[in-house]
Amino acid sequence: MERRAVYRNKVLPWLLIGPQLLLVLVFFYWPTSQALYWAFTLEQPWGGGNLWAGLDNFLYIFRDDRYWGTVLRSAFYALAATGLSMLVALTLASFVDRALKGTKLFQSVFIWPYAIAAPAAGVAFRFIFSPEAGLVGAVNDIWPGIWDPATNGMHALAMVIVCHAWLGIGYNFVFFLAALQMIPRSINEAGAMDGARPFRRMLDLQLPLIAPTAFFLLIMNIISSFTDSFGLIDTMTEGGPIGQTEVMVYKIYVDGFKGLDYSGAAAQSIVLMLLVIGLTFVQFKWVERRVHYN
Amino acid sequence: MIERSPFFDALTYAVMIIGLILVVIPFWVVIVAASQSLQEVSRVPISLLPSDQLWANLSEAWARADLGPKMLNSFIVAIGVTIGKITLAAMSAFAIVFFNFKARMICFWLIFITLMLPLEVRIVPTYAIAANALLPFQVILDTFGISWLVQAVSGIQVSLNWNLLNSYTGLILPLVATATGTFLYRQFFMTIPDELAEASKMDGASAMEFFRDVLIPLSRTNMLALATIMFVGSWNQYLWPLLITTDRANFGTVVMQLKALIPAQNGTPDWNVTMAGALIIMLPPLLVVAFMQRWFVRGLISRDK
Repeated sequence: MERRAVYRNKVLPWLLIGPQLLLVLVFFYWPTSQALYWAFTLEQPWGGGNLWAGLDNFLYIFRDDRYWGTVLRSAFYALAATGLSMLVALTLASFVDRALKGTKLFQSVFIWPYAIAAPAAGVAFRFIFSPEAGLVGAVNDIWPGIWDPATNGMHALAMVIVCHAWLGIGYNFVFFLAALQMIPRSINEAGAMDGARPFRRMLDLQLPLIAPTAFFLLIMNIISSFTDSFGLIDTMTEGGPIGQTEVMVYKIYVDGFKGLDYSGAAAQSIVLMLLVIGLTFVQFKWVERRVHYN
Repeated sequence: MIERSPFFDALTYAVMIIGLILVVIPFWVVIVAASQSLQEVSRVPISLLPSDQLWANLSEAWARADLGPKMLNSFIVAIGVTIGKITLAAMSAFAIVFFNFKARMICFWLIFITLMLPLEVRIVPTYAIAANALLPFQVILDTFGISWLVQAVSGIQVSLNWNLLNSYTGLILPLVATATGTFLYRQFFMTIPDELAEASKMDGASAMEFFRDVLIPLSRTNMLALATIMFVGSWNQYLWPLLITTDRANFGTVVMQLKALIPAQNGTPDWNVTMAGALIIMLPPLLVVAFMQRWFVRGLISRDK
């Protein structure tokens, strides 16, 4: 980012960047360090400051089977929602990229889910999948009791995952389509000249060429499934039935704000932070190594 | 299109139509259910054709969830975040790209790292800071003995306190404190040729004049893109407003009201009102995205690599 023409001024840049630095300090660095402090200490119930707890908070959550349940569930949630959403978005983008007549209309509708608030989609999908209502619930009239997210944990989890995947379609579609349109037309034409049919070209030419974008989206989607699921879980299942849709973010919220166990919630936050940082790190490493289009 | 292949064209349309149905179904269900009466919405299987109760359900949802004041709050927060973010992002990116000062790279990384951890991950401690936003400064003063010194000299006890709970400031500021916009602006400013800055220097323009008269007009497209992303993002916030507003009546946002609209376990299953409420709440960001699509798509993509 070196420039020849720059301004030299001792005060002005600080005035410009000061407000943002201040906000970042107060609302990012301070809370993050505070989370570390809480994770390694224990608040005494009768006041009088925090006691050093070392790794006890972490050992406590790691020995808790319920915690491992939420970790595994979150991982499954992340993989399933990411896979589903990316697959649908990629398929749509590949066909929209052929730019046939009238494609523009489809293209603009495919972006819509990006605009929808997770809780709004959650409420809509809760109705669509409600066992009493007349959409998916209508199957219960044919085979009684075959669909019941209110008591069956797998049904409830599947419902939340489908909703999450639907919400991600817009974002993934935009990125996939942009990547596909970046591929030089000549490559596609050369493939056609060599006798490759359109479907073959999709699989063997376009897919490998958009691999960097796909990988970027993969990481972004996984991170977002770990962190953005709160609005859905809270409006659709509240973690139920009997905790079977409780994911990591939701447990942090429940333990921290309902159970007032700040140290436990902070320790869980640190675990989630490390996970997100690790994923971001993997992405940077990979992008550094593999982003060679030409 | 490179060659004629009627079969593949038909397949293309088929896939796109299936995709369209997949994407539109939830919207359609919301609209249809919102237009039906209680009897119609409770029918199994439900009719997928709209009925004539739309207006009645919309006004019922509007009244039940107190959406008037909540709408206003949502608009204030979304517009506050959008304006705040664009202003701060443009300013700090300008400083990072066009000024030569020692701590430039450190400042860039301090801001850039915040992209890594979303608000949801550090929600518990951020809540604590919202209860007293000046706490970090109090701790700094205490650690360096400044509060003690002030007290000894003037007899005034230093206790900084700024409670952000139940305030627009508290709803807005933490959402402004991330790097998305800064990064977008930085990427854009990097593409400005050096010659432009040199020319403006030669014409005797100061740094701020260059910023105001050259960079800001040039970045209009980016600004629209960022505005769309920020408006949608902050309108759709759920967890943060939920935590920071205990006084729901005065500071609640519309998205928080969705849960209150869900029919109770043993109550009347009036999903038609719920869907009417959801329709009202999802409409503003949807309209923004639909109208701003051209600009926002470009911004969304250039945000990352």
